[in-house]
Amino acid sequence: MKSENTGGTILREKREATAGFDPEAIMADFPILTRKIGSNKLVYLDNAATTQKPTSVIEALNSYYRVMNANVHRGLHTLAEESTAAFEEARRKTALFIGGVKSEELIITRNATESINIVAASWGRKNIRRGDRIVLTEMEHHANLVPWIALSKETGAELAYIPIDSQGVLDLENIDSIITDNTKIVSLTQMSNVLGTINPVEEIGRIAHAAGAVFLVDGAQSAPHMPVNVKAMDADFYVFSAHKMLGPTGIGFLYGRENILNSMEPFLYGGEMIREVRYDYADWNILPWKFEAGTPNIAGAIGFSPALDYLNSLGMESIRDHEKKLTAYAIERLSEIKGIMIYGPKDIESRGGAVSFTHGEIHPHDLATFLDSRGIAIRAGHHCAQPLVKKLGLNATARASFYIYNTNSDIDDLAAGLAEAWRYFGHG
Amino acid sequence: MGDNLDDLYRDIIMDHYKYPRGKKKLEKADVKNEGKNPVCGDEIEVSLKVNSGKVEDISVECIGCAISVASGSMLADAIRGKTIDEVKKIAANIKAVLIGEKAEEAVELGDLEALEGVNKFPVRVKCALLSWTTLIDGLEAWETGEGKNGSTTE
Repeated sequence: MKSENTGGTILREKREATAGFDPEAIMADFPILTRKIGSNKLVYLDNAATTQKPTSVIEALNSYYRVMNANVHRGLHTLAEESTAAFEEARRKTALFIGGVKSEELIITRNATESINIVAASWGRKNIRRGDRIVLTEMEHHANLVPWIALSKETGAELAYIPIDSQGVLDLENIDSIITDNTKIVSLTQMSNVLGTINPVEEIGRIAHAAGAVFLVDGAQSAPHMPVNVKAMDADFYVFSAHKMLGPTGIGFLYGRENILNSMEPFLYGGEMIREVRYDYADWNILPWKFEAGTPNIAGAIGFSPALDYLNSLGMESIRDHEKKLTAYAIERLSEIKGIMIYGPKDIESRGGAVSFTHGEIHPHDLATFLDSRGIAIRAGHHCAQPLVKKLGLNATARASFYIYNTNSDIDDLAAGLAEAWRYFGHG
Repeated sequence: MGDNLDDLYRDIIMDHYKYPRGKKKLEKADVKNEGKNPVCGDEIEVSLKVNSGKVEDISVECIGCAISVASGSMLADAIRGKTIDEVKKIAANIKAVLIGEKAEEAVELGDLEALEGVNKFPVRVKCALLSWTTLIDGLEAWETGEGKNGSTTE
C-alpha cells in the first residue's frame, strides 16, 4: 500500500496548493481525526451520513451544561434568560445562513426527517385530497418519500415521480405532464445523497408555482456543502439537519413561508406551543413556537451556533470549491481502479461530494468491512434510498463522501484500499 | 473491528465465497424457502430434496456478501446426507457460535467452525445467519404443512 501512495503524494502536493483553504489546519480543529482505528489513522469518508464536530461545538455543548443550563422561554432567572437568548441567537444565525429568512419562519426540529413529517402531517392532511397529486423525484431519500407514501395511502392522493436519466440527472423533458394542475406539492432534494446530483431547484420551483403547487426543498445534503439561498430558490418549505454540517445530532430545521405556516395546525401539542389553556379550550402560540411543543434540544441548538460560525469563517463558496476539487480527484483516482463503477454525474459543476460506486462483484458491505480494517470509514448499503438503488439495478452501493477536513491524501488511501480489496476478494 | 480482518474472512470462508457449493437448481424440491435481508440487499433461496427423513440433495442460491454466500455454501456441504434432526442440531449450534453462546446439545461442526470469527463483527452476524434461518423456517413450514412467505435475519 505504501509504495502505491508515492505517486499520489506528489500529485497531492501539486493539487493542494490552493490559497486560503487549508484542510490540514482545519483537521487540527477536529479532535476525533487524531484517533486510531486499530493501528490505522482514521480516514473519515462518511460525511453524507454525519460530519465530525470541531472543538468549538464540543465546547459549546459542554459549557452550556456547565454554566447556563435552564429551560428556555419560561424562566425569570438569569440562567433562563441566558439560555433563551443563546437558543434564539442560534435560530437567528441559522435564518441568516439560509439566505436571510425571518426567525419566525424557522422552526427548530430534531432533523430534516421530522421537518418533512411536519409538512406532510400538518400541511398535507389539511390540503391534500383524493384526486390531488404529490410530485417527488426518483432520487429521494426515504425521509422525503415515506411521509408522502403514507399521506397518499391516507388521502388517496396520487404520487408521481420526476425520472432520472442514465447519468443520474433529473429528466425534465416531460415535466409538464408530471407537474400537472392537480399537483398540490412538489417535494425534492437539492442534492442526492446517493448520486451527488445537484438539482435545478429554482427551475423546478418556478414550474411548481406556475401549476399552483407548494414547493418543498430537502436541503439535508446541500446546506452543508454549498451556498444556499431559500429566497432565491423561492421554496415554500426548506428542511435540513445540523449534524450533517458540523452541528450536534438531534437538531434540524423547517423553514416555512410565514403565511403557509400560519395556515397550518400544530404538529405536536403541549407546553410552549400554546398561548392560553383552559379546561375546555386552548389556542396556539405565535410562530415559530406554535410548532415547538415541549422542551426543545436546547444544548443542540446552542451547540449549532459555533458550527455555523465555523462554516461562515471558511465561506460556503470556498467549501464548495474545496469539495469540487476533492470530488474531481476522487472520480479520477477511482476510475483508474480495475472493477470500479461510479454512479451519478461526472460533471463536477452539477454534483456534490457524495460518490457512490460498486467494485466488481465485491459486495459493498465486504468492501466497507475491508476498508474499515485500514481505518477508512465509508458507507455501504442502500443509503435510505431503496427505490433509487433498485432503479440503478443494484442491491447496494459503496459511498465515499467528503467534507472540509478531507484531503487528496484521504482519497489516495481510499484508492489504495480499493485496489487492495480487489486482490483480497480474489480478483487477481 | 479494526485489524482482525482475517479472523472474519478466514481461508475456508473465502474459498466457499469464491467457489460456492450447491448452486445447481434442484429439479423437484420438497422444501423450498426464500430469505431476504432488504437492508443489506442479500437474497437467498434454499431448496431440499428429502428422502426417508434425510437430506438427499440441496441447492443454495445466494446473492450477497462474502459472509452470506460462504455461510450458504458451507450449509449445503454440511447438511447433505444428514437427518432432519441432525440438521436442526447443526443449525442450533451455528446460531450459538455466531452469537457467542454455548449450544444446548453440541455437535461436531468441522469446517463450519470457521464462522466463529463472525461473532466479533456484530453487524455481520445476520449475514451468516440468513441461510440457516431460511433453511430452518423452510423445514418447519414443510413439517407443519404451512406455507412460508420467506425469512429474514434483519
